[in-house]
Amino acid sequence: MSRSTTEDVPKSPAPAAEPVRNISAAEQQWIDTTLTPALAKSPERPIGADTGTNRNPDGTARFTTISGVPVERLYTPADLPADWDQHIDKYLGQPGQAPYTRGIHATGYRGKLWTMRQFSGFATPEETNQRYKYLLQQGGSGLSVAFDLPTLMGYDSDHANSEGEVGKCGVAIDSLEDMEILFSGIDLEKTTVSMTINSPASVLWAMYLVVAEQQGADWKKISGTLQNDILKEYIAQKEYIYPPAPSMRLVIDTFEFGSLFTPRFNPISISGYHIREAGSTALQELAFTIYDGVEYVEWALRRGLDVDDFAPRLSFFFNSHNDFFEEIAKFRASRKIWYRLMTDRFHAKQARSQLMRFHTQTAGVSLTAQQPMNNIARVAIQALAAVLGGTQSLHTDSYDEALALPTEEAARIALRTQQILAYESGVAQTVDPLGGSYFVENLTLKMEQGAFQYFDKLDAMGGMVRAIEQGFPQKELAESSYQYARAVEAKEKIIVGVNDFVVEETPQEILYIGESVRESQTEKLKRLRARRSQADVTRTLSALRQAAAREPQAEKGKISDANTMPYILDCVRAYATVGEICEALRDVYGTYEESSWT
Amino acid sequence: MTTNPSVKHEHEFPIRVLVAKPGLDGHDRGAKVIARALRDAGMEVIYTGLRQTPEMIVNASIQEDVQCIGLSILSGAHNAIVPRLMTLLKERGADDILVVLGGTIPAQDIDFLKQQGVAAIFGPGTPLETTVEFIRANVKPRGVPA
Repeated sequence: MSRSTTEDVPKSPAPAAEPVRNISAAEQQWIDTTLTPALAKSPERPIGADTGTNRNPDGTARFTTISGVPVERLYTPADLPADWDQHIDKYLGQPGQAPYTRGIHATGYRGKLWTMRQFSGFATPEETNQRYKYLLQQGGSGLSVAFDLPTLMGYDSDHANSEGEVGKCGVAIDSLEDMEILFSGIDLEKTTVSMTINSPASVLWAMYLVVAEQQGADWKKISGTLQNDILKEYIAQKEYIYPPAPSMRLVIDTFEFGSLFTPRFNPISISGYHIREAGSTALQELAFTIYDGVEYVEWALRRGLDVDDFAPRLSFFFNSHNDFFEEIAKFRASRKIWYRLMTDRFHAKQARSQLMRFHTQTAGVSLTAQQPMNNIARVAIQALAAVLGGTQSLHTDSYDEALALPTEEAARIALRTQQILAYESGVAQTVDPLGGSYFVENLTLKMEQGAFQYFDKLDAMGGMVRAIEQGFPQKELAESSYQYARAVEAKEKIIVGVNDFVVEETPQEILYIGESVRESQTEKLKRLRARRSQADVTRTLSALRQAAAREPQAEKGKISDANTMPYILDCVRAYATVGEICEALRDVYGTYEESSWT
Repeated sequence: MTTNPSVKHEHEFPIRVLVAKPGLDGHDRGAKVIARALRDAGMEVIYTGLRQTPEMIVNASIQEDVQCIGLSILSGAHNAIVPRLMTLLKERGADDILVVLGGTIPAQDIDFLKQQGVAAIFGPGTPLETTVEFIRANVKPRGVPA
């Protein structure tokens, strides 16, 4: 427990001074003869209350992105670097080649549309299995598993801490048996699966791998993604179990295992989504996420892995929030930044190691409980930004996001939104349509510069784990979210239906999950424990504890003796539960408690 | 300088609030914003941090001698957590503490929670000032003899 601290936590990096704009004679003429009289006749007015963040010191209206970045009236060639045209290949380049600003594929979506991968999961494995089949029938092109809080935190459904929580935020998975049910009738060699799981990621991945094995699927062919990004848990989502060092070890174990046995599977989805949801600005989301990536690479290299052995399978996950152009710039900048880091900092030799591949989810936090149907419009705009930003895969939120997990109808509309974008809007027909826009290129460059300033600061702090220990990213997020809350309170930022354009409303139908899931999962666990071999469970858990306590040493082409994955697989095959396996690791690693920064 | 006696009283005896995250839910953005807003409004706020049990929250509330407990629950576990917490408060003779709740609370659960003794539920989009004023208007004042 803590009180608010006035500890001197390092401050955000100062933004680079604005370069002087060298405006053309034509632009000057426009200012003199067209703009100035127009302003005299009708001054600019803020969008939102005429106070605070919406007013410049000189009293004129101020316009900013949702992240507080000033937006100018007009962008012209004067807003690009003086050598833009001379060095356009360095700044912009072409799609499918360095620096990848315009995209990682030469043909964009003309070769293959983004994957429509809807995050989904609730109540029992049986019910979620039904929803997955529904989404696939309705044209969803990949699966994405949402687990409930007990599973996310490494507790079984019958644990005391799970009371009231089972099946509420996602599907309850207690053992391999539940995973078998979850994917029953779904061909894992043909269907790619993403799993949003972090602290117990190795355990759930092992369960998925064994189900695939049972189906006769080839591990070399199965494809999907494990979120498995523990750093952002400490920063934002807070679903951590173990302290940072052992948690990083578990992650690097998955990199090593994946590089040897599951070459088409992404063992990590380095995430900014949650950092943004927790209140960061777009730039903080970009910088902290990519720097988390840097941290993972450095830990993997320290293990003794070769960068080109694991880097091609690092993937990322960003938020797509309301401010349309800011988001597009963020996505474009991410590719260029990662390319620069992988070549300049990590000397990756393979082109595949240089590619920023990312999934995007529209911003849940932006959706309102008031007039929920309006959220369909918000999601459409956010999804469009993600597509114009070149995302590889996309989840669109359902309109009832602020109220509950989605009803079937709400989930369908969310999927249809993507299909309308893909098939009706025409935006998928050309690569990086906004490339060359003075505004978008200016924003993209600013994002890139801002990110590297954050990297310098984080390097000076000794890396992301050190920064987290000092509370730096957490404090940044708390500050940004408070400033935003104040702006909304003052109506400087308008949220339609919430602080303006409000109506009287009656509650609507939602997906309501009661306590029966805990009951049925508890019964299932009783039966499972009765029929499995307790001796096998005890033996495999004990072997895992011993391996977990040893330092793994990488050898080229061979898995480390102490890599936890094979041991976890054995526990899973013996039908040890999520809770039992995580408890075994708690025995070795202890648990993490954060100091609270408000 | 105000001569309003109730405001003067509050300056001498600032309202003490405990902001808590019960259960497994780790979404603390809202709880932290509220904690800071209450502080800005002159209240003394203790933020418990994450993964608190009802027992931990009640113990802390009594130890810290707070007048209000603000619970933040976005996980759907409110129907299990709130009754246990309210029962504990009653058992410990602390049920004059004002209990307010925010988070993801289905409309159909509101009546039940209010019957349990929750004074107000502040859903998403509630202005900060609404929460501040409600607490101010409804806590049992400090410095008043029992």
